[in-house]
Amino acid sequence: MAIFVAGIFTEGYMVHCYKNNGYNIVLDSNSGSVHAVDDVAFEVIDKYETRSKEEIIFELSSKYPEITVSDIEDVFADIEELKKQGKLFSEDTFRDLEIDIQARPTNLKAMCLHIAHDCNLACKYCFAGEGEYCGDRSLMTFEVGKRAIDFLIEQSGSRKNLEVDFFGGEPLMNFEVVKQIVAYARSIEKDKGKNFRFTLTTNGVLLDDEVMDWANRECYNVVLSLDGRKETNDRMRVSRNNKGCYDLIVPKFQKMAEKRNQQGYYIRGTYTHYNTDFSKDILHMADLGFQQLAMEPVVADPNMDYALRDSDIPVLKEQYDLLAREMCKRNRSGKGFTFFHYMIDLEAGPCIYKRISGCGVGTDYMAVTPWGDLYPCHQFVGDEKFLLGNVFDGVKNKELVKEFKLCNVYSREACKDCFARLYCSGGCSANAYHRTGKITGTCDMSCELHRKRVENAIMIKVDQMYHSMEDKK
Amino acid sequence: KRIITVNTRNLTESVKKGGCGECQTSCQSACKTSCGIANQQCEQLKAEK
Repeated sequence: MAIFVAGIFTEGYMVHCYKNNGYNIVLDSNSGSVHAVDDVAFEVIDKYETRSKEEIIFELSSKYPEITVSDIEDVFADIEELKKQGKLFSEDTFRDLEIDIQARPTNLKAMCLHIAHDCNLACKYCFAGEGEYCGDRSLMTFEVGKRAIDFLIEQSGSRKNLEVDFFGGEPLMNFEVVKQIVAYARSIEKDKGKNFRFTLTTNGVLLDDEVMDWANRECYNVVLSLDGRKETNDRMRVSRNNKGCYDLIVPKFQKMAEKRNQQGYYIRGTYTHYNTDFSKDILHMADLGFQQLAMEPVVADPNMDYALRDSDIPVLKEQYDLLAREMCKRNRSGKGFTFFHYMIDLEAGPCIYKRISGCGVGTDYMAVTPWGDLYPCHQFVGDEKFLLGNVFDGVKNKELVKEFKLCNVYSREACKDCFARLYCSGGCSANAYHRTGKITGTCDMSCELHRKRVENAIMIKVDQMYHSMEDKK
Repeated sequence: KRIITVNTRNLTESVKKGGCGECQTSCQSACKTSCGIANQQCEQLKAEK
């Protein structure tokens, strides 16, 4: 199905008009307002700022003989009313907030603890190189983990909610220390006025009843790695003797999802050049009974055979469309599931500060190596240029923190006329650095795919609205 | 009705109330490789609900 897209961008306002799955959708980027419109209103809005009212009325009267001039004038009146309400052609009044954000004290709120630089799988696309991050195999000690928790509390200022993700390598290769760190944090959180949210990312090989019960008590979220269909998963996610892990992990993940009442977990896959038909992998996982799904494009050296290439982009975008349409169908038949990138909360999503400043890499969020070194995030670990300090002596490279504080939607040239900038917040600095050599750069492929995901996420919301209107009739 | 507005929230409302930093760090939630800011939720608004 053809998808028509038109954008109206000026320095002040940004309106994105597109057709998707039979709907005409207008996104007013600055206010976040979403409008579902008919064909006539779609054309009026699309031409509103570039043509005179008389020209538009003349043109549309010829094109749509069944509508009257009065009908078109009503559309103009509706647009004027929405403009007055700040819901259409709204100005960008957020630029000055960038200065405010940069002036704020840097308070840490999240840490990625590299609990194990070792892994019991040897996934071919692993950016951590079999979990070792281009270094030696290493496990975090309780002393380092305890100090990391103390450091996070010390650096968190007045923030109450603190997050710690156990990451690797494979965290369950160091499960005893994971449990000790969590027990320590729980023992002091009340006195310190903090609330710890723990997440665990695992490949599932060592997942057993003990781990599941512990995770269900302690973990706010569990990320379970699976790439989809058996042939997809077992092509890339293999043991050190090249054996696929699908048959071993799927039953465990199904048990885990049920034990968590289908909440507080994600089955998280990676797609590569070898499965550009990844919507089939997502639907396969949904058909296995998983209801919380995430699937990400591989991060890889462009020279690798499995790396995504520019020629894949049209196929990938079509896959996102196919997935969105199938999700609409399943939602309507009561068999819906959640896809991470199609979760969008139009009423209670993040505030404008978060949308401008992004994930907090190097400022709100840092990664800790097994020996206590601090990096801006897990994707910079092992690159000495990005070493910030360590949990014992604190952040030494304050200039680098300042550089990361400048990462926001206004510092990226490519974001200036992008309708999705307040939905992706400028994208991933690590991806940008690895593609362009600059942390304030952008990765063209990531941008293309993210725009497509945002369009589809909004379309699903529109579909839900119409579905609920039909139910009420 | 030729124009239906899907949502009532306006981002400008969050200029005064936002910025508390209590929401979840997006990269911690599922992706770990690409950003998903918009699919996070505001803790203040969640509490109000």
